[in-house]
Amino acid sequence: MEIFKSDKTYDFMGRRLPFLGFSAILVIASFVLLFTKGLNLGIDFSGGTLIQVQYTKPAPINDIRDILSKNSAFEKGVVTKFGSDEEIIIKIPTSSTSLGKDIGDEVREILKPTGEYEIRRVDMVGPKVGNALQEKGLMALSLALVMILIYVSFRFEWRFAIASILALIHDVSIALGAIVLFNIDVNLDILAAILTILGYSLNDTIIVFDRIREGVKTSKENHLDIVVNESVSKTLSRTTLTSLTTFFVVLTLYLFGGEIINGFSFTLLVGIIVGTYSSIFIAASFLVQLNFSIENYRNAEAEKEKRQKEKDRIRSQFEQGMV
Amino acid sequence: MHFFNYRLVIFSLVTIFGIVFSIPSFLQTDDGKKISLGLDLQGGLHMLLGVKTQKAVEGKIKSIAATVKYFSDKESILIEDIKIEKDYMSFILLDSDEVLKIDEMLAEIKGLDINKSADLIYTIKLTPVEIDIVKDMAVGQAVETIRNRLDQFGLAEPSVTRQGKTDIVVELPGIKTPQEEQHARELIAKPANLELMEVDELKSDQVYTLTDEEAKELGDIILEETGNPQVKYLVKQIPILTGTEVVDAKVAFDQQTNQPIINFTLSSFGAKVFGDFTAKSVGKRLAVVLDGKVFSAPSIRERIGGGSGQISGNFTVNEAGNVAIALRSGALPAPIVMLEKRSVGPSLGADSIKASMIALIAGFVLVVVFMIVYYGIAGIVANIALITNIFIIIAIMAMFGATLTLPGMAGIVLTVGMAVDANVIISERIRELLKEGKSIHKAIEDGYKNAMSAILDANITTLLVAVILYAYGTGPIKGFAITISIGILASMITAILGTHGIYEALMPKIMRDKNLKKWFGVK
Repeated sequence: MEIFKSDKTYDFMGRRLPFLGFSAILVIASFVLLFTKGLNLGIDFSGGTLIQVQYTKPAPINDIRDILSKNSAFEKGVVTKFGSDEEIIIKIPTSSTSLGKDIGDEVREILKPTGEYEIRRVDMVGPKVGNALQEKGLMALSLALVMILIYVSFRFEWRFAIASILALIHDVSIALGAIVLFNIDVNLDILAAILTILGYSLNDTIIVFDRIREGVKTSKENHLDIVVNESVSKTLSRTTLTSLTTFFVVLTLYLFGGEIINGFSFTLLVGIIVGTYSSIFIAASFLVQLNFSIENYRNAEAEKEKRQKEKDRIRSQFEQGMV
Repeated sequence: MHFFNYRLVIFSLVTIFGIVFSIPSFLQTDDGKKISLGLDLQGGLHMLLGVKTQKAVEGKIKSIAATVKYFSDKESILIEDIKIEKDYMSFILLDSDEVLKIDEMLAEIKGLDINKSADLIYTIKLTPVEIDIVKDMAVGQAVETIRNRLDQFGLAEPSVTRQGKTDIVVELPGIKTPQEEQHARELIAKPANLELMEVDELKSDQVYTLTDEEAKELGDIILEETGNPQVKYLVKQIPILTGTEVVDAKVAFDQQTNQPIINFTLSSFGAKVFGDFTAKSVGKRLAVVLDGKVFSAPSIRERIGGGSGQISGNFTVNEAGNVAIALRSGALPAPIVMLEKRSVGPSLGADSIKASMIALIAGFVLVVVFMIVYYGIAGIVANIALITNIFIIIAIMAMFGATLTLPGMAGIVLTVGMAVDANVIISERIRELLKEGKSIHKAIEDGYKNAMSAILDANITTLLVAVILYAYGTGPIKGFAITISIGILASMITAILGTHGIYEALMPKIMRDKNLKKWFGVK
């Protein structure tokens, strides 16, 4: 079976401006969302308490809200349904430091009149820990970007590195935009998802760039647009195929993996779609926009080869001299 | 040509390794190393606790004061105005002939910064080095104490480990109900600071008129009675003995009231101090103080030898049990606060396992079927590599005793999707070369060669991100990073080496067959 004819070359670069424009709109929209509505930080980063309660009958959400609002300690508590009618999440922006009787125990007691239930999960994060996790998260994200920049510069060329980082920023911004749009709580698992998108989308981009690098070296064409079109077209079935298999499994994770990892798998789903799109339509466009020069690259490669040959020659002379 | 080529041999060995070492985890046998489930999958309590180490320094100052007091009483050295402040203690030595004796005694205590004025006012602090040591030991001792208490509580595999300078991670997998959890937390938190203190009989009648400040000026403190805060006692600030001298504590029942009480036994040194004190204090009252509350204050009728005593209060049996365990396992050297808590009920953990297993199986079936439909036999070869990959992930995690968390499961599911990537890249290259008219043998060899740089670069960058995730992630996220990393590394062996070996072994067959549609899904 084949999805794309591998010998057909599609003109991606000829249409790069509309795609770049479309992406720009998405990225700008995401930034607007990020700065107006803002990320909905979950308790991992903002501190607080989260209590997951499962009732034997549909949860009496209004009764629960009523009871919480009457208690000054919990009046800021937010009650939401979680997956099913029976299950709810109560989020309280405060946490307690005492080990003895904590917020979870108190809520367990005041909920008693609301029916039969089981407390299935209590997460409590103190403000100090929340701040530390926030710092660590930002650190991890920036460090990942810097490492990628260094590695790609080393293996390819700086323009490839810049183009891949721009593509990554594109992917991550849009994923973050979707997180804001769909009101997903940003916890540690979402950070992990974002970093996974980073790795995944980069993986895709690198495969395309690898082919471009190869094309630049071997193709008889001198026009970057054409070389890029050839390379992207040749990797098209691989890009779609791997994205499809990954998309399948993440989709099953989203559908069957349970409510707890829903935010995580949703973020990944968005990331895979955006990452695949950017690897095909955007990453290489940046390369063209950055005026990557085939000629210079070939000259540099030839120069490198010449120097290597020179070195080999000197070494062989030296070795012969020794003998 | 070569059926037993080196690639196939290595791949087979790795596969056998993967299967053998993952069996204990799959079957959950008793023997052999296996993956343990994280708290989010099996249910349990995870806590990050902070130790208020400054309090341990204050405690140390207090015990130095008690030593000075005991020594001066015993040697009949007259000292006055003995006081404890937050980070120092002070007293006035009245008899200048005794300077040598006092100095000798103090010299035996390590890490003191002693300031002696001309009129013999001693101010004693801890040196900065000693403060660090005391704080460090306080955390170490807290870990030890909590571990002892939890061991006696009777839960399966409690884990108590130190994290960083002042923090402690406590993991209790065996917790079943919120009630049990609360009980465990209360047990951990119990300071269990037992102090035997002398009631200041001379000024006792002023107890309801004095402020805390004024009491301190007199070298006393005001303590409330447990469960009865209106009743107050004026006791000497320096305790006669502290809980460190308790060697045993047991729950018993009062013969008259049938209330639970706690009988404790003192060490021989403690017994001696206690005996000396009671001998010279007949008629006075002795306050039994636990965690800053007076439990009882009986009058001393005669010298009490033997070194045992009891604590009575309105205990429930559970509370009395907790106090006894806490006294036996030693006092917490400093108060402990909760910084983070994650508690998952066993039913939620079971649901998570079920849900992620369904996702894993469904995702796996989808990928496997898709690969066969798209690539034909080449898809089957890739699937063999994929299955081996999963075995290897589990085997390696089991070998290192790693913990499988919910994000870790997600990592394995994701690996299933991504691990076929290398084979997709290779198969696409092979197809391309076949279309260019290369021979089957040449197409396979060059396909692997051409795909190599892309696979390496792509995997190394993903690995970089996974390593960063591991370094900066906590708990479950680390699990995700681990499974992804092992998956990537394993896929290098299974997808590159393994499938290449299989093709080499099958080469004569493919050459004879020449049915590209069947083998590679192309015409």
